[in-house]
Amino acid sequence: MEKLLDIRNLRTYFYTEDGVVPAVDGVSFYIKPGETLGVVGESGCGKSVTSISTLRLVPNPPGKIMEGSEIIFEGTDLLKLSEAEMRKIRGNKISMIFQEPMTSLNPVFRIGDQIAEVLLLHQGLNKAEAREKAIEMLKLVGIPRPEKVVDDYPHSLSGGMRQRVMIAMALACNPRLLIADEPTTALDVTVQAQILDLMNDLKKKVNAAVMLITHNLGVVAESCDRVVVMYAGKVVEEGDVYSIFEDPKHPYTVGLLKSMPSAVGGQDKLDSIPGVVPNPLNLPKGCRFAPRCNKAMDICREKQPGLTVLGEERTVRCFLYNREDGVK
Amino acid sequence: MLKYTLKRILQAIPLLIIISILTYLIINLAPGDPTAFFINPEKASRLGPDYVANIKHHLGLDQPLHIRYFKWLGNVLRGDFGESFFEQRSVMSILWEALPNTIILSLVAELIALIVAIPAGIICALKRNSIWDYIFSTISFIGMSLPTFWFGLMLILVFSLKLGWLPTAGMRDNFDAFVFTDRLRHIILPAIVLGMGGMAANMRYMRGAMLEVIRQDYIRTARSKGLSEKVVIVKHALRNALIPIVTMFGFSIPALFSGAAITETIFAWPGVGRIAIEAVFSNDYPLVMGNFMIIAVMTVVGSLVADLLYAVVDPRIKYE
Ligand SMILES: Nc1ncnc2c1ncn2[C@@H]1O[C@H](COP(=O)(O)OP(=O)(O)OP(=O)(O)O)[C@@H](O)[C@H]1O
Ligand SMILES: [Mg+2]
Repeated sequence: MEKLLDIRNLRTYFYTEDGVVPAVDGVSFYIKPGETLGVVGESGCGKSVTSISTLRLVPNPPGKIMEGSEIIFEGTDLLKLSEAEMRKIRGNKISMIFQEPMTSLNPVFRIGDQIAEVLLLHQGLNKAEAREKAIEMLKLVGIPRPEKVVDDYPHSLSGGMRQRVMIAMALACNPRLLIADEPTTALDVTVQAQILDLMNDLKKKVNAAVMLITHNLGVVAESCDRVVVMYAGKVVEEGDVYSIFEDPKHPYTVGLLKSMPSAVGGQDKLDSIPGVVPNPLNLPKGCRFAPRCNKAMDICREKQPGLTVLGEERTVRCFLYNREDGVK
Repeated sequence: MLKYTLKRILQAIPLLIIISILTYLIINLAPGDPTAFFINPEKASRLGPDYVANIKHHLGLDQPLHIRYFKWLGNVLRGDFGESFFEQRSVMSILWEALPNTIILSLVAELIALIVAIPAGIICALKRNSIWDYIFSTISFIGMSLPTFWFGLMLILVFSLKLGWLPTAGMRDNFDAFVFTDRLRHIILPAIVLGMGGMAANMRYMRGAMLEVIRQDYIRTARSKGLSEKVVIVKHALRNALIPIVTMFGFSIPALFSGAAITETIFAWPGVGRIAIEAVFSNDYPLVMGNFMIIAVMTVVGSLVADLLYAVVDPRIKYE
């Protein structure tokens, strides 16, 4: 199937006072129309930076998407578009919801106006039509009494309700791609499941693809078709959700799965991965996971492993699977 | 909201009474004696102590302090602030005449302050650590530390005396008719002097508020919707960053009124501030009291306005 989004060799660096942070360092993956891709990895591995790079919203300075990166969406490289052309894509063809529903809505504008804003901007509706559509969207995301809520301010809604509003806003223009950056992390467990179900439901209804960023593998198992595992700014493993869970290749993926409650049935003690994520200002010379890896070999500390293709849509970045293909 | 407003007004009454007691005490205990002005030394030596006592009695100063205060308070509650010792007119008529002049001067000063401070603060925040940030921050720092009288005299020196562009003093040259340009020329310098402090403070507030707002999540949301940078800043960010500025506006009313005292004196602007200073120096007790009570009421009203404006601009604030 044709690719909807194809990220190739994305590098996003931050130029801070302490030095250059290669937050995203040569990331490549793709998303097919209508599918849900999970992006997982520990805190700080560059998931959020990857997502805001896709919309070209990296704060600059200090951030910069480096030369040679490509973000191909529906056949055009977003990095080559003008700012005005890029704005026609944001909130329209690619929209985004964030981790913090409590602070992601503007406190001084009415809910309905915030939803209507994208419709006025991208769909050319008039005010009355936009308001109607906003109410319709609120109904769609399961908000009770949408005719009333449309005139409310965000502070009168709970976190779960606000995230529903964010989803309504994100889906208002029927985007081809929805980027959801930890959409449920800040919510109560019961509400988390509801929001996930809602997203899975609606993406089918509007036939959008989803980039679902999370560090919760349970969420991945439930919602995703394929998975990309990131570590310290690089993709270390990629595959369909079934093979990733059943047959993880990279020691980091294996560790992540082991640290996940109830995934590996019958286990009562969680094994968290020993050690900590490397300081992005001072990355190891070889494989970035080597200092924490229980299978690390000499070569792992010397050279960076390349990507090994294991099968169709299945890749891993580890010397255990290809010792020759090291990149300096 | 109406109930809240009424409650606040009722609460203000005891506060105003306490302020009036303190003010009354301070001005009466301050050195200086208003009777001195009325005493003719030749007559005094001829007529003896009875003459002085008679003058004291005439001014109502022969009674003990607390009796005088309660008399004054009783009259004030009936809307009578007494008569000025030196201008044979009621305090009310003097102040009513001067008050509009002070209000106009203060409003123009605040307007100038905000027109400069808001855009400058935004530029400083958006272009943080740029040359503009440094320039405006320096101006703001100077503006906060400049002594009003010195700054006023410098402006007069340069723009009135050296360049001859603007008049040195007064409110108008044409006393027969209202001529807008005449009034405008007269108000520019005093308004700049009076507005300087507020401008400097507001610029800093605006810069800080804007810096705070632009890193909020909802600004990222606004950008992710595809809005232009102009809409993101002018609509989504500014509307939030203005909240503290609007609130400040209420509190700046008393500051403007007290600042007006010096500015009006320098520029001979016929407002209540100048009258206050003259009244204090001449120990014109009724006029001082009337004047200070106006400032006290303005302060109370200002903080009430600040609170009410807060609820208007921030939907999260509700008063029961
Ligand atoms: N504005 C910034 N300035 C400097 N460094 C930044 C900035 N934003 C992100 N980074 C760095 O980029 C790296 C990746 O951050 P990112 O937010 O993408 O992690 P993440 O995978 O989303 O983590 P989390 O699970 O905590 O959300 C981190 O090391 C972070 O310090
Ligand atoms: Mg993140």
